Amino acid sequence: MTDKNQAMTDTHYNFAYLDEQTKRMIRRALLKGLAIPGYQVPFASREMPMPYGWGTGGVQVSAAVLTPEDRMKVIDQGADDTTNAVSIRKFFERTAGVDTTERTAEATVIQTRHRIPETELTEDQILVYQVPIPEPLRFLEPRETETRKMHALEEYGLMHVKLYEDIARHGNIATAYAYPVKVEGRYVMDPSPIPKFDNPKMEMAAIQLFGAGREQRIYAVPPYTRVVSLDFEDYPFEPSKADHACDLCGAQNSYLDEVIVDDAGGRMFVCSDTDFCTTRRDGGHVGRLGAPGTEDAA
Amino acid sequence: MYVAVKGGERAIDNAHAWLAEERRGSPDIAELTVPQIREQLALAVNRVMAEGSLFDPDLAALAIKQARGDLIEAIFLIRAYRTTLPRLGVSTPVDTGEMACDRRISATFKDVPGGQVLGPTFDYTHRLLDFKLAAEGETPTAPQAPAQGEPTPRVTDYLNRDGLIQPEPASDTTPPDLTREPMEFPANRALRLQSLTRGDEGFVLGMAYSTQRGYARNHPFVGELRIGTVPVEMDVPELGFAVGIGEITLTECESVNQFTGSKTEPPQFTRGYGLVFGQSERKAISMALVDRALRWKELGEDNVGAPAQDAEFVLSHADNIQASGFLEHIKLPHYVDFQSELELIRRIRAEAQAAQAQEAAE
Amino acid sequence: MASQILDGGFSDVPVQSARAFRAALSAMARPGRVYDISGAMPPAPLSPAAGSLLLTLADPGTPVFLAGAHDTPELRAWLIFHTGVPIAPREEAAFAVGTWTELLPLEPYRKGTPEYPDRSATLIVEVATLAASGARLTGPGIETARMLSLPELEPFRRNAALFPRGLDFYFTAGARLAALPRTTKVEAA
Repeated sequence: MTDKNQAMTDTHYNFAYLDEQTKRMIRRALLKGLAIPGYQVPFASREMPMPYGWGTGGVQVSAAVLTPEDRMKVIDQGADDTTNAVSIRKFFERTAGVDTTERTAEATVIQTRHRIPETELTEDQILVYQVPIPEPLRFLEPRETETRKMHALEEYGLMHVKLYEDIARHGNIATAYAYPVKVEGRYVMDPSPIPKFDNPKMEMAAIQLFGAGREQRIYAVPPYTRVVSLDFEDYPFEPSKADHACDLCGAQNSYLDEVIVDDAGGRMFVCSDTDFCTTRRDGGHVGRLGAPGTEDAA
Repeated sequence: MYVAVKGGERAIDNAHAWLAEERRGSPDIAELTVPQIREQLALAVNRVMAEGSLFDPDLAALAIKQARGDLIEAIFLIRAYRTTLPRLGVSTPVDTGEMACDRRISATFKDVPGGQVLGPTFDYTHRLLDFKLAAEGETPTAPQAPAQGEPTPRVTDYLNRDGLIQPEPASDTTPPDLTREPMEFPANRALRLQSLTRGDEGFVLGMAYSTQRGYARNHPFVGELRIGTVPVEMDVPELGFAVGIGEITLTECESVNQFTGSKTEPPQFTRGYGLVFGQSERKAISMALVDRALRWKELGEDNVGAPAQDAEFVLSHADNIQASGFLEHIKLPHYVDFQSELELIRRIRAEAQAAQAQEAAE
Repeated sequence: MASQILDGGFSDVPVQSARAFRAALSAMARPGRVYDISGAMPPAPLSPAAGSLLLTLADPGTPVFLAGAHDTPELRAWLIFHTGVPIAPREEAAFAVGTWTELLPLEPYRKGTPEYPDRSATLIVEVATLAASGARLTGPGIETARMLSLPELEPFRRNAALFPRGLDFYFTAGARLAALPRTTKVEAA
C-alpha cells in the first residue's frame, strides 16, 4: 500500500501533470492544428483529475504548452476569481510550479473559458480556450461521420440556411455566443462559447489554441489569421453588448455583466473582465457607482 | 454594494473540508475500512473496476470510500488515476476457455459438458429483506466440492462444430486502443467492444433492453455465461516466453442469436459477445446484446433505425465519465453567455414591439 | 560508439522538451521567423535543432524517414534509443529528416486526406544557414510579409495549392529553426 500512497503525492506526478508520451501526442496535434487553421485535429484526450466539461481540453493543451518560465493566467467568464478558474490555476501551481498572475499584460499563457480579455494580446502570448462542443455543425447534424464529410467538401450550406431561418423568424441572427466563424476563407470553426462581442478580437497577434477534452479535438488559429464571423450582405454581423458603461470603471467598450443588486430588481453593469476593470480603477477611472482603486467596491 | 457572486479559494477550501467531514459521517460510528469494502461490497468494487478500466480491487474499494459510495464518482477517481500510470507492457490475450469457473450456465442446453454451475448468484433468492443481516457477527459457510481440474469447454464450440453458428475467426492483428487513440467512426468491432465494456452499466442495460422490446430485436439466448479467474501472462522478450503476472476475475457472456440467412448464406445462428472485469453479469449480458445489435451491417441485416443499431449514437454516449462531466458542467457559471442571450432577446422583443406599435398607428 | 548512442538526449526531459516545443510551436505559428531550439546533442550529421525537434515530437507512434546521408547506423541507433521510433520509408513517415535534395521527391510523402488533412508528414530540412532573405512569405501567422531563405520556390507553391492537404516543413540549422506550414504563400522577393 505504501507505493500506492506515494503515487498519489504531487511530487510523483510529472511536470505539468501529463506524462511525456501524452504531451508529445498533444503537441503533434497542436502543430498540425496551426498548419491547418480552424480544422479540428482528433487527439486521444486523457482523463484528467477534473471532470469532462470543466476544462479538461484546455488543461491538456496548457499542460503541453507550459514551460517553467511561463506566467499563467486563468479566467472563467472573464474573471480570475470564479471558482473553476481558481481551481485550474491551483492545479497548475501545484503540478507545473509556474508563476501565476491576474494581470492580462503580464501573462504569457492565458487559459480561458467563455471570454477573450479586453486588453489587446501581444505576440508574446498564447491564449488557450476551453471548448465544450468543437463542431460548429453539431447542432445541425449530430453525426461526426457526416460533419467530417461536410468540412472535407467545404459544404457549409446548412449553416447559412440555419442563420437565414433565424432572420426569417426573428428578424435577427439568433446566435449570441459561440457564433460561428470562417477561418482564412476555408474552415467554419466554433470560437467556443464566447459572446459574439469577442469575435472580432480573434484576429490578434497572439497564438490561439483550442482544446475540447471530452470531444477529443484540438484546433488552432495562428496570429494575424483572417477570422470572419458568418453573415449576409443585408444582415451584417454585429458584435453586441449591453448598452451601458461599466458602473465601476466607466468603460464604454468592454463586455458587461448585469448584476441584480436588490429585491426590487435594481441592477448594475460591470466589466466581465475583472483585471481590465481593476486596472482602469487603479488608473483613476470611476464609473457611476464605483470608487477609484478600491478592492471590489463591495 | 457590488454583489460578489464569485467564489474564491477560501470557498473551495471550506467546501472540501465540509465534504471530508460529511464523508466520514458520525464519528460515533466505526470508520469503514478499505478491506471491508473490498470484501463486503465486492459487486460495487467490480463495477468500479469494469467501468474504471483498471483491475485493482484495493484501489476500487478506496475510491468507493472516498466517493462516499457514489460509484460514478469512484469510477472517475480510478480513471483519472489510471491515466497517469506508465504503460510497461501488454499482456498476451487472456484465454477464457481456461477459466477456473465459479459460475457457468447455458440457457440453450439442458446440460452441457462441464455442467451447469450456479455459483454465488442472486438468481433464485427471494428478494426479502434479511433482517438477520442487521445484527452483526454472522459468518456463513457454503458446502464445498472439489475443484474440477479440467478446463470447461465453451458451449458455442458445439454449435460451431456443426456449422450452426457463425464462426468468429481468430486474428493476430493488434486492436485499436480506445484509451490511446481518439474514437473514430465507423468503429470496428474491437473498438466497439472496448467502448461497451467500460460503458455505463445502466446505459448499456437500457440499450440491450430496447432490443428485447423490438428496437432491432435480435432474439438472444444466453448461450453461455461464465464467471471465474483467468491467468494473465506477459511476453518477456529477454526470456523468450510468457510469464504469469497474476490473475483476474472476468465475466464472459456469449449470446446465441437467431439469423434468418440471406440469398448467399444458409440460416445460421450468430453471436454477441460481452466480457467485463469482475463478477458483472448484468453488464456482460447487456454488452452481448448491444454488440449483436451493432453488427447489423456485417451480418447483412437491415438498419431499422433503432438506437441500439446506431454505433455512433451508442458509443458516443456510453461513457458515464464523459456524460456526467458534461452534464454537470452546466453548474458552472454561464452568465457571460446568458447575458449575450438576454441582450439579444431584449433587442428582438423591442424591435417586434416597435413594429407592432407602428402597425397600430398606421 | 555505445556511449555516443546513449548520450546527447535531454537530461531533464519534461523541461527541455517543453522549451523545445515552445520554439517549435512559435515557429509553426509564425512562419519564417527563426527561433533558437536546443537541448539535444545528436550524432552528426543531425543538427542539434533537428535532434531536439525529434526528441520532442517523435515516439513509437511516429515513423521517421532518414534521408540520404542522415541514414547512418549511429543516427538510427541514437534515435531509436532515445525515442523508440520505427525507421520507415518516405510513404509511411510522420517525420522525415535530411537535406533538401535528399528529401526529394515530395510526391511519396503522406499529405493527409480531405477528411483528415492532419495525417500528413512533417519534413525537417537541414540547411546550412537560415536567413531573412530570398523568398517572400505571406499567409496565416504573418502580419504583412516575412523573408526566409528557401532552397526552392516551386515545390512549396505546389504544396500550398493542395490545401487543406499538404506537407509542413521545418528548416533547421545548428541550434535554430524556422517553419513553413502548408498555408504559407511563397514568392520570389
